[in-house]
Amino acid sequence: MTADTLNPAKAGLRAWLTTDTPASRGHARMVQAYLGWLSLTRNPLALLGLAILVVLIAVSALAPWIAPHDPLAQELTNRLQPPGSPGHLFGTDELGRDILSRIIHGASITLYIVTLVAVTAPVVGLVIGTLAGYIGGWTDTVLMRLTDIFLAFPRLVLALAFVAALGPGIENAVLAIAITSWPPYARLARAETLTVRHQDYISAIRLQGASATRIIAGHVMPLCLSSVIVRVTLDMAGIILTAAGLGFLGLGAQPPIPEWGAMISSGRKFLLDQWWVATMPGLAIFIVSLGFNLLGDGLRDILDPRSGQ
Amino acid sequence: MPISSDAGPMPLISVTDLDVRFGSDDEIVHAVRGVSFNVAEGETFGLVGESGSGKSTVLRAMSGLNADWTGTIEIGGTRLGRVRGKPFYKRVQMVFQDPYGSLHPRHTVDRILSEPCQIHGMSDIDNRVREVLIAVGLGPTFRFRYPHQLSGGQRQRVAIARALILEPEILLLDEPTSALDVSVQAEILNLLQRLKQERGLTFVLVSHDLAVVAHMCDRLAVMNAGRIVEELTIAQLRASEPAEAYTRQLLKASLGYDRSAAAGMESFD
Repeated sequence: MTADTLNPAKAGLRAWLTTDTPASRGHARMVQAYLGWLSLTRNPLALLGLAILVVLIAVSALAPWIAPHDPLAQELTNRLQPPGSPGHLFGTDELGRDILSRIIHGASITLYIVTLVAVTAPVVGLVIGTLAGYIGGWTDTVLMRLTDIFLAFPRLVLALAFVAALGPGIENAVLAIAITSWPPYARLARAETLTVRHQDYISAIRLQGASATRIIAGHVMPLCLSSVIVRVTLDMAGIILTAAGLGFLGLGAQPPIPEWGAMISSGRKFLLDQWWVATMPGLAIFIVSLGFNLLGDGLRDILDPRSGQ
Repeated sequence: MPISSDAGPMPLISVTDLDVRFGSDDEIVHAVRGVSFNVAEGETFGLVGESGSGKSTVLRAMSGLNADWTGTIEIGGTRLGRVRGKPFYKRVQMVFQDPYGSLHPRHTVDRILSEPCQIHGMSDIDNRVREVLIAVGLGPTFRFRYPHQLSGGQRQRVAIARALILEPEILLLDEPTSALDVSVQAEILNLLQRLKQERGLTFVLVSHDLAVVAHMCDRLAVMNAGRIVEELTIAQLRASEPAEAYTRQLLKASLGYDRSAAAGMESFD
């Protein structure tokens, strides 16, 4: 706090960001964002989660410059070196490739999968759930029975079936994960919609003559969004694991792409004598999943309308 | 069609034989039974009754929020259907009971007020929002706040501003002050009176509070168990000369709790 009083520009910015009387739409939004950020900083574990994600993003963006070796370069004379051997911090795999470099390059693949699933499955679920909840009647029955059918299958098994039908590869793995992971979001969004659809503020906008589309998109969805975002961050760990699982079964990323799940898969042959080949990518999956879970817990405290305000 | 002589030659609002039922075949709740009344232009008409008497249901049927009604509702001589269009919403607006529930928690005051203008394709939205905020006694500093940054009275002022921004002729008021504390109640009622005079509005006010009704209304109808028991002018109410036993009892109850009076209450269901 003393640093702020010493620095008038910073103190002015802080006052501007915490004012009760914002002067424009953008200003009001920034005040809300800043207050959200302040409550996030009060939760050290959530900050740790956020830091892990920032590191993941930075690593995947800078992979070509920070990776010590080419992730695909084989060196058969130098295979299965233990961690800490010269030039190979995490050791080498069965083809003599540097495991650290492969994990660094694999970060962008993990990020790619996570982002693609995050922008498809929750959006589809949100649209279906809010439509079903707001319109009700036959629409609700049809959409929810469809959701039930998808929910009835175990997720990984259904994803396996889709990948088997579509052919192996990262894109198809992402598609399969997205197809299998939207139903919980639809359920969640429908439940939230049912609690808000008879609120007075929805009646009020109906009485202003707003169309159903405007009400769902502008009034119902923003209220469902926070619980969906929380659910997404908490599900991310599961999505990474499913992607790794598909990679492990040889249905996700194909060799020689350094996907973490596929790396564990190839390392399992050496698990007893050369433990690091499977353990290092496993640790990476563990840390990133943990980061998403911690952030999700923190976001729940900030965004969940039931937890405050 | 019985037209009340008090309502003048041409009523602005005319409700005839309104029936509202809820529920499906085996469990029907008959909430409103054969309600008829007329409201003249520029008048404030009160609907009074205890909880569950059907007064809010009448208002919701008039506003179009509840489509399960039979009978006729006419505004300015035009018969209303169950589904209302934009022209109706531009003429008739509603203020809700609970200002904590009637404003969207994630929208700023600015968005709450400008969205109706966007829906109706009105021009000069910026100025309209500024003017209506001043009209309801909130300055421009309130414009970009969120509802959780406002007090109950300020929220109700925003709700009134939202109803007024489309420049309607008729305001349906569903217990607009019952969720507010007493001093704020008076402010909001005075604000509504002033706006009515300035803009020539017609009010239909639902309330269980006879003091509010006596302060605001020209005429009132007393409802019990879904029926209109009696129509009174405010002078008759002030003179405490209602014809019906139920109204006399309601009037007695409004004077405050009295053990002997409470013991003598009877059920009029």
